Amino acid sequence: MLRFLLRRVLLGIPVLVAVATLTFLIMHWVPGGPFDTEKILPPAIIANIEAKYHLDQPVGIQYLLYMKQLLQGDLGPSYKYIGRDVSDILRDTFPVSFTLGMCAVLVVLGMGVPAGIISAYWKNSLLDRSILLFAAMGISIPSFVLGAVSVWIFSHQWHLLPPALWEGPRYMILPAFALGAGFAGYIARLTRTTVLDVLSSDYIRTARAKGLTEFKILIKHVLINSIYPIVSVMGPLTAGLVTGSFVIEFVFSIPGMGRFFITAVTNRDYPLIMGVTLVYAVLIVVANIVVDIIYGWLDPRVSVK
Amino acid sequence: MNTSFKISSGFLFIIFSVSLLAPWVAPYSYQEQDTVNILAFPGIDHFLGTDRLGRDLLSRMIYGARVSLFVGVFSTLIALVIGTVYGTISAYVGGKTDNLMMRVVDVVFALPDLLMIILITVLMGRGVVGVFIALTMVSWVTIARLVRGEVLRIKEYPFILAAKALGASHFRIMLREIFPNILGILVVTLSFRIPVAILAESTLSFIGLGIAPPASSWGTLASDGWTAIKFYPHLILFPSLAIFFTILSFNFLGEGLREYLDPRAQIDKR
Repeated sequence: MLRFLLRRVLLGIPVLVAVATLTFLIMHWVPGGPFDTEKILPPAIIANIEAKYHLDQPVGIQYLLYMKQLLQGDLGPSYKYIGRDVSDILRDTFPVSFTLGMCAVLVVLGMGVPAGIISAYWKNSLLDRSILLFAAMGISIPSFVLGAVSVWIFSHQWHLLPPALWEGPRYMILPAFALGAGFAGYIARLTRTTVLDVLSSDYIRTARAKGLTEFKILIKHVLINSIYPIVSVMGPLTAGLVTGSFVIEFVFSIPGMGRFFITAVTNRDYPLIMGVTLVYAVLIVVANIVVDIIYGWLDPRVSVK
Repeated sequence: MNTSFKISSGFLFIIFSVSLLAPWVAPYSYQEQDTVNILAFPGIDHFLGTDRLGRDLLSRMIYGARVSLFVGVFSTLIALVIGTVYGTISAYVGGKTDNLMMRVVDVVFALPDLLMIILITVLMGRGVVGVFIALTMVSWVTIARLVRGEVLRIKEYPFILAAKALGASHFRIMLREIFPNILGILVVTLSFRIPVAILAESTLSFIGLGIAPPASSWGTLASDGWTAIKFYPHLILFPSLAIFFTILSFNFLGEGLREYLDPRAQIDKR
């Protein structure tokens, strides 16, 4: 188990290095820099600023310097938020984005799995058809549209929930719903397909034959056996939620990493862009490892080696 | 042919025709200002109302459809070409080349894709070209992986061996023997990837990092409407509905096509 974990973490490192390298190259690929302001600065000042951040060096040297710094766990200073380190900014904003993502995961599982089970159990019923239709709609609706619609209904019309900001549990409901509902559609469909498979298997017939109640069959046999495909898509799903979250952060003015990423990109704040991208990449890698571990723990047939 | 397939292909046909015929179909030009009717609600003069500069929303949506659909369809088509060629070569040659080519795909795959799209778009200069390149660069890998998997399977079939025995060149085998066999899956993939691209473009434009004015897509229109949502919800509603129904139709179209073209879909048919 420990060896498996170690191997997976080691395998994740080249991926992260590649992400860092590619992001770095893309950033520096296009002419222009972070200090090209509309106000023309005296050349001496520009030279000073560029020397301070090593921007006067060739890109290759800058890259090596950055990677060396990164190895020491230092993400560098932000170019635009003077006096703040990138790690400071991330420390403030990451928990917000992470909480939002986790709430969305709850929405996805809480809505998607029950809907899928109900849909499969009453196959071809009116309920099943409506769930399938809603799932198709959920998959097709952009999260910002869902966010906008829910703000209009629940905040502007009914005044039930706050339309923006992030100041407590009540502020989390709409963003988490807007972020998660689309993915819930995927999960509902996936659950339906798997549950249909399980329901037609022999051991369910046996369970029925020995007189188990339908509820017990659903919980003890169907649910447990349908969980694997759901767990296996949780990795990519988490990735989708994480990267999708900055749109929602924009719609609801939530002070998370995504908002900082948007301003960082428009400002060409290189270290901040790198920092946020790396945190997202680490999150995706970690999510995949966690999913693999859970998978191995749930299903004894998959040996964790 | 099921009903949702028919309806969605009909809807897409109308949307495409209207956007192609924009100058003849749109009631106004997309920047014409009706200063008497600013922020008008839907009515007889302006079917879907006007924005804060008095521009006709319906006309702007018809012209916006050109950008949204063009970016979505053509970025996917180009990604499809790149991905197919890359995946086919990788699988066909096999061995170390395959290994190396797939490592490249793995790396691009590991990038948080929406972040990369934003980064590339902003750095390439916001606008149709930037969004276009960004979408293509991110989405070809999915197709390359899919195609590689298919080609790995197909190249083991006896008819490939037969073609080789008859002295067909590698190029001919890839083009005449393998390609027709993955065509069905490619068509299905196309109709599932186009909505993903349309979604990405509209999301990008919505947060103000995609298509830049004066060009506008459904995403930028929705973004304009978002600022006035409290009192003029129709300004965000109609562009959002256009995005939603287009994506929904492409998804239904893809599902319909899959039932006919993809042999693996038989499993899902219940």
